[in-house]
Amino acid sequence: MIRVILPFHLRTLAHVEGEVQLEVESPVTQRSVLNALEARYPMLCGTIRDHVTQQRRPFVRFFACEEDLSHELPDTPLPDAVAIGKEPFFVIGAIAGG
Amino acid sequence: MSGVRVLVGTRKGAFILTSDGKRERWDVSGPHFAGWEIYHLKGSPFDPDRLYASQTSGWFGQIIQRSDDGGKKWYQPGTPPGEPTTMPDGTPKGESNKFSYDTSPESGKPLTTHQWYDGTQHPWEFKRVWHLEPSLTDPDTVYAGVEDAALFRSTDGGQAWQELAGLRGHGSGPKWQPGAGGMCLHTILLDPSNPERIFIAISAAGAFRSDDRGKTWRPVNRGLKSQYIPDPKAEVGFCVHHLAMNRSRPSVLFMQLHWDVMRSDDAGESWREVSGNLPTDFGFPIDVHAHEPNTVYVVPIKSDSEHYPPDGKLRVYRSRTGGDEWEALTNGLPQRDCYVNVLRDAMAVDSLDSCGVYFGTTGGQVYASADAGDHWAPIVRDLPAVVSVEVQTLP
Repeated sequence: MIRVILPFHLRTLAHVEGEVQLEVESPVTQRSVLNALEARYPMLCGTIRDHVTQQRRPFVRFFACEEDLSHELPDTPLPDAVAIGKEPFFVIGAIAGG
Repeated sequence: MSGVRVLVGTRKGAFILTSDGKRERWDVSGPHFAGWEIYHLKGSPFDPDRLYASQTSGWFGQIIQRSDDGGKKWYQPGTPPGEPTTMPDGTPKGESNKFSYDTSPESGKPLTTHQWYDGTQHPWEFKRVWHLEPSLTDPDTVYAGVEDAALFRSTDGGQAWQELAGLRGHGSGPKWQPGAGGMCLHTILLDPSNPERIFIAISAAGAFRSDDRGKTWRPVNRGLKSQYIPDPKAEVGFCVHHLAMNRSRPSVLFMQLHWDVMRSDDAGESWREVSGNLPTDFGFPIDVHAHEPNTVYVVPIKSDSEHYPPDGKLRVYRSRTGGDEWEALTNGLPQRDCYVNVLRDAMAVDSLDSCGVYFGTTGGQVYASADAGDHWAPIVRDLPAVVSVEVQTLP
């Protein structure tokens, strides 16, 4: 079970509280996690990555295991601790603005 | 007794203000979509309980929200959570926040470039929806004016959007350029007497008209002047801030240009200046009285470099002569130390017998007048900066 922690505004859109748990088949990658997330919560389509290009939105970042994974390729396997559900995968809005 | 519902979009959420026909006591609900920029909300003229809202964020992009009960409950049209994202035949369900420019060969309108601030060409990039205009006759049909400038339409209640690519593909796109707020399509006027006719305005490209339900377009900017455009016959490039019409006389249009208040008596074919005795003819909103087609309202702003009222006095100006002659309306408005702005979509009128006029400020006030502007009072004083104001007159 993959654990995903969404930022406040995306939790509101998805009508969830706390972390999200997703079944994701191996290999567990950014792409497979986001695919599963959008399949479960279609209202999040387009909010984390572009509808068409599938590129990460510029002010959205991915973290896990105290590492910034934002610039990893989408099909790079996520850390084992994320894949086995020990550590969550964080989607974070870059800190900026007022 | 009939009533009014004022739909307010702000930098940090939406608010809905309701009152009976006296417009003295107000209920305030909100913030809806707290923390998000709400560029615009508007209700269907055909079904007043059907509302659409543009919810947007620099982080998470564009969201379209819809209410079917007058704003009590909202949802994103499209696929509810937990349901399949495809139809039984495998085709994808609508994605209500997907605004993809039409690059299909069939449209004949490939995605071109537009002029950037520095004069170079720049690719079209979708940023947000500035304005939602529901159809006059079908609550499931709604138009969206977006940045970078283009017009989209949904015919399924906001679930899926298709670009009306004939506008962006008109051919003048490489000469369009962003205004200070971005290259936005901010005004959509549907002609109540002619379902084929649509007017739109883009900052900074100008006004355009379609006479075939949005399939093809042509610029209607003859008579506009801009000190930044040396060519006196320029077809596009004008920073039109807003357009307005009275429903009973849709061929007469009023325009707040960047500088200059303009009027057209021939559906945009030609324009003449009607700034008259305004203290400054820079401004953003413009609107027309619901029952008096020659009564027009503007809010003069000091200049394009100083976005606040002249002399620190917030004054609405009213012309009862279709322009040229203007009177200051000040009763109930701050007449000292006021340095707010009133944005282009932040003024509206109701259609009660005594026409109500409403506007919101970047200081978070929403002012209302129940007597066509003679007297004003704030409905609310301390909202986030107001981006848009629309009014529904309820039966």
